[in-house]
Amino acid sequence: MSAGHDTHGHSHGHDSHGDDHHDEGVPHSTLKGYTIGFVLSVILTVIPFWLVMGKVFESSSTTALVILGFAAVQIVVHMIYFLHMNTKVEGGWSMLALIFTLVLVVITLAGSLWVMYHLNHNMMPSLHDMKNMP
Amino acid sequence: MSDTAATLHSGDVHAPDNQRFYVPGDHHPENGTLLGFWLYLMSDCLIFACLFAVHAVVGRSYAAGPSGADLFDLPLVALNTSMLLLSSITYGFAMIAMQKKQVKQVLVWLAITGLFGAAFIGLELYEFHHLIHEGAVPQRSAFLSSFFTLVGTHGLHVTFGIIWLVTLMVQVSRHGLTVENRRRLMCLSMFWHFLDVVWIGVFTFVYLMGVLP
Repeated sequence: MSAGHDTHGHSHGHDSHGDDHHDEGVPHSTLKGYTIGFVLSVILTVIPFWLVMGKVFESSSTTALVILGFAAVQIVVHMIYFLHMNTKVEGGWSMLALIFTLVLVVITLAGSLWVMYHLNHNMMPSLHDMKNMP
Repeated sequence: MSDTAATLHSGDVHAPDNQRFYVPGDHHPENGTLLGFWLYLMSDCLIFACLFAVHAVVGRSYAAGPSGADLFDLPLVALNTSMLLLSSITYGFAMIAMQKKQVKQVLVWLAITGLFGAAFIGLELYEFHHLIHEGAVPQRSAFLSSFFTLVGTHGLHVTFGIIWLVTLMVQVSRHGLTVENRRRLMCLSMFWHFLDVVWIGVFTFVYLMGVLP
């Protein structure tokens, strides 16, 4: 499939046409974009390490929530500035595949945690249950 | 895949109509390879999602063995993270040089990227060696099994990325920045940045949250 399209695209001569493809289908990498992405991701990496290593928050769950938030933001930054993700790439099909994958990832993670948490909870023999056992 | 494209390349203009497997004039997805590679990355993402889910479930089952707080050396992890982050931006510079058609610059930036990647793998192997030396082997507890599987799978991806990168350096130095080589470089770019995205999840979820009490 893709080979067919490629041959088709390149049959009209090489470089001049190849450049047209660059501008339409593939986003143009710029120094500015990479620099912004790099600076943002350094900031977004340093803060979680500082939060954990400096023991900034008393409670573990606060720290966990905050660093998970930073990770989510950093993933978005990488997607936009390094992977050049937007709704126009490949006519929107990349974005659609990404959204579909994210739905599956959320189901996998949330589902596993939910089921296994309740499994652990219900299988745990509490003192009360032990007393009533024959 | 790319071999097919290369062999078809010379003769396709004169190919008889019954051998054309596209509709002439169909201009829909210009870069099918890139979309296909993106779909592969998404499926790879699901593999990592499963491994993350496993670690989320058993990541605190220490079986009276060592915990993350006992084992993880966060400064080392920070160094590791910076290696991967730097390799991401140097790959970006290689892509910019590719757009300007500067073969030598591309090769230099690819080599630097490869060195950063190798440093990452080196540090990770050092860490694994250290853990195993301390008795924190994968068989020790469910936590360590899932830790080695998740981090090891990521490391394996980076290793294959480096092999791919070296192969492409040879290709580019031999044939220059042809259309095929540019497409391959763009695929590797996606692969490399994707691994960096996965590493964000690993250092946050496995290491930083692993040392929290």
